[in-house]
Amino acid sequence: MASAVAAQTKYETVIGLEIHVQLKTATKLFCSCPTRFGAEQNRNTCPICLGNPGVLPVLNRQAVDFAILAGLALNCEIAPLTKFDRKQYFYPDLPKGYQISQYDRPICGMGYLEVMGQKIRITRAHLEEDAGKLVHAGAAGLAGSTHSLVDLNRAGVPLLEIVSEPDIRSSEQARAYAETLRNIVRYLGICDGNLEEGSLRCDANVSIRPMGATEYGTKAELKNMNSFRSIQRAIDYEVQRQIEIVESGERVVQESRLWNDATGTSAPMRSKEEAHDYRYFPEPDLRPLVIPVEWINDLKAKMPELPEQRLARLKDQFGLSDYDASVLVEFKELGDFFDEAAEYTTHYKALTNWLMGDITGYLKSSQKKLEDSKLTPKALAEMIAMVDSSKISTAIAKKLIPDMVETGKSAEALVEEQGLAQVSDEGEIRKICEQVIADNPDNVAQFRAGKEKLFGFFVGQAMKLSRGKANPELVNRLMGELLKQ
Amino acid sequence: MSKPFLSALELHQQIQAGERSAVEVLDETFSTIEKLDGQIQAFNALTKDIAYATANQVDQKVKAGETLPLLAGVPLALKDNIHMEGVKTTCSSKILQDYVAPFNATVTNHLNRHLIPIVGKTNMDEFAMGSSTENSAFNKTKNPWDVARVPGGSSGGSAAAVASGQTLISLGSDTGGSVRQPASLCGIVGLKPTYGLVSRYGLVAFASSLDQISPFAMNVSDLAALFQVIASPDTMDSTSIQDPPQVDYMAELNKPVEGLKIGYIAELLDAGLQPEVKAAIEKAIQTYRDMGAMVEAVSLPNIKYAIASYYIIATAEASSNLARYDGVRYGLREMDDKDIYQMYLATRAKGFGNEVKRRIMLGTFSLSSGYYDAYYGKAQKVRQLIRNDFSKAFSQFDFLIGPTSPTTAFKIGEKSSDPVQMYLSDIATIPVNLAGIPAISIPCGFDNQHLPIGLQLFGPHLSEAGLLRTAYAFETQTGLKNLRPEALATV
Repeated sequence: MASAVAAQTKYETVIGLEIHVQLKTATKLFCSCPTRFGAEQNRNTCPICLGNPGVLPVLNRQAVDFAILAGLALNCEIAPLTKFDRKQYFYPDLPKGYQISQYDRPICGMGYLEVMGQKIRITRAHLEEDAGKLVHAGAAGLAGSTHSLVDLNRAGVPLLEIVSEPDIRSSEQARAYAETLRNIVRYLGICDGNLEEGSLRCDANVSIRPMGATEYGTKAELKNMNSFRSIQRAIDYEVQRQIEIVESGERVVQESRLWNDATGTSAPMRSKEEAHDYRYFPEPDLRPLVIPVEWINDLKAKMPELPEQRLARLKDQFGLSDYDASVLVEFKELGDFFDEAAEYTTHYKALTNWLMGDITGYLKSSQKKLEDSKLTPKALAEMIAMVDSSKISTAIAKKLIPDMVETGKSAEALVEEQGLAQVSDEGEIRKICEQVIADNPDNVAQFRAGKEKLFGFFVGQAMKLSRGKANPELVNRLMGELLKQ
Repeated sequence: MSKPFLSALELHQQIQAGERSAVEVLDETFSTIEKLDGQIQAFNALTKDIAYATANQVDQKVKAGETLPLLAGVPLALKDNIHMEGVKTTCSSKILQDYVAPFNATVTNHLNRHLIPIVGKTNMDEFAMGSSTENSAFNKTKNPWDVARVPGGSSGGSAAAVASGQTLISLGSDTGGSVRQPASLCGIVGLKPTYGLVSRYGLVAFASSLDQISPFAMNVSDLAALFQVIASPDTMDSTSIQDPPQVDYMAELNKPVEGLKIGYIAELLDAGLQPEVKAAIEKAIQTYRDMGAMVEAVSLPNIKYAIASYYIIATAEASSNLARYDGVRYGLREMDDKDIYQMYLATRAKGFGNEVKRRIMLGTFSLSSGYYDAYYGKAQKVRQLIRNDFSKAFSQFDFLIGPTSPTTAFKIGEKSSDPVQMYLSDIATIPVNLAGIPAISIPCGFDNQHLPIGLQLFGPHLSEAGLLRTAYAFETQTGLKNLRPEALATV
């Protein structure tokens, strides 16, 4: 192990990522079929995306808008003139025998993304259509299956392929790059950014070279990473594998490797699957696309707030800490909820605490997403106001959260229903305290003999007796007074 | 004794006037087809039910006193690479032998809107690849002027249907001359429009940047009318010209040609022409001069590279366009136990004919890694040079003229074993598709064996109105229109 660590410091890791972003357009890239996920097989298809003879593609303007938005957010040059090309290969999930993609004139040129304080250059981003999906039948997987079925619902769904320069130097940075990119496309509202469902797909080109070398080593292309964690693991595995090869005096072979998350290893893809000459040539069915400056300016004006901007704003506008703000940025729905709730309250710290604490905790334990919750930002703000004005205690408020999430009822309504309003009537609380003192003569004696730690016990008993409704501050004060008598 | 000839426009007028019903006209058409098509073999399939449904609609409108749309009631033959929903589109290929079109081509919608009965799908070279219609997997279409000869191609079925009087109008598609050359060989008229004027949606692609659906007729007036019906912008075709000038192609036919500047393309008159063809073109030049046009020689120096350029670009696009015939979703499937790649190989080996295979291989090769620049890249540069040649010529001349085909109709089997010889016969038509300009072929005489000779007129982009008028003037001056072989005239 010691030698492995030594070996690791001898080499520099070089990584470039290719990320496919599935664009959330209403319809496919070249026809008017819906892109909705989860429809019955081959339902979202038409003669065009089925590749029937005689059909022609018509470019989806919204997809171009989305590509330009992404390009702007990634600091890319937007091409004034872009064109489409055919990438040709035979595969049953590719209806036309070619994929309409972009070869030498991508819609987005050179750009960059700041990750962990470092600029990662982006080579290009181009539009292309997705392929369909094969469903292997007669067995659980491809192995042993007797035949395959083709589902072309996904065929023709727009993708934006974002290619980075080989500027990434660690698996951690690769993961951060992918996460940052995911956040950006989600903020732009152009992609769900879901690696598990495949709306975001990441391939990594990985090579190593001796520390200080200027030439690149031979790279391997890693595929099939379905989570951010697996991106990092797959790269770690690959770097180690390459170091071992080089250390044993052999050479790294250029190949595509398929990551297996279950075994934590990767294996080369069959050479047949990658030995493609794609025979790119300009798509004659589409005219080159001219993108005038006005089009770009229109989109610039409509540009939503990006993660970095939100981070700065949350700190400036609401005085949130670095940590709180970054959590709200990272989890966009939480941040959106915060922004909306912040219109109804000025207790920003309490708001973040509730959101990041009890609400997130409850959602996690009940395996729900914030989108599934019926809790509204306004209701949360009102609940915070009730705590602030001592209408309910924090303890009660915590109890209300599950009901508010599940039912969408306001805290006030729930308090009413369950008779949970805070008791702040001095006389009533005094009675409760007196009852506690009367019920626990031994403890009272010990307390009065100097065991002051027992104070908490009396308060707890009083709260319990009031079923949590007693105003804790009043209990504290009155219990103190009574015990000292 | 020949029957008095009735043009498509005249026939339409008679139907509108209630002198004949559209159904009667259709009865006659099908009876003619029955008499002739066993020999001519212009049709792959007839679409009687659909045609009669349209004819009935026409007759109802006439009864109701409504004004019919242009050419309503005039039967038309449709090339078998243009979709009619619910009808087979075979492209004369085994691979699509049983393929039923799931939608109408845009032009088919135009024909339906105009209540033009479509009587059937016509034979063609497989996937429109050929110049003789001999490459059909199904039928051997004959030239009505001499049934031992080819009708030309690839739209030979549509040309022969009109030349033999089975229909007065038809549609073909022209990728490198596939309408003009058969028009020339069959003694009828054919117009290859400006690229983008007629929608390609529903036309099975051969070479997307060159294909254009094109009309045939017996005379220029009918041709102009049919073109009027089909020329229209289409949002389903991204290469369609979305805002073409609004032109009434029929209104301008009578304008005189006096004062027009016409250039004859020197390179096309120089080499390899059948002597009678050359003589006929020279006579046509004199005819235009007699009508008051100025005719001079013009050189298009890069035209000599047109065939080489075309057979790289067209085959490259074809190799890509035909990749979808893999047996997975529709069409022929040759199952093979081994794996999907064996299925592809078996399906395509059985489904495609030799010429199609040859062109797929040529195109695949020229797009291959390491060859792209030398072949496809260079061919595109040549294409630009040819465009430039035409632009330059049109800066000096209103229109250009030349032959359509270097020879009259050749014998069936004469060139089918020599593909290069067959390719060379496209020299005069191919440059037009490369440049995307319109051109028309009209009859200009006969050779010693009484086979028709075609004159080709070339115009700049969107000059169809002027082109039709220039053709119409020639037709009127020479009387060379509505030509029908003697042997068939009495049918």
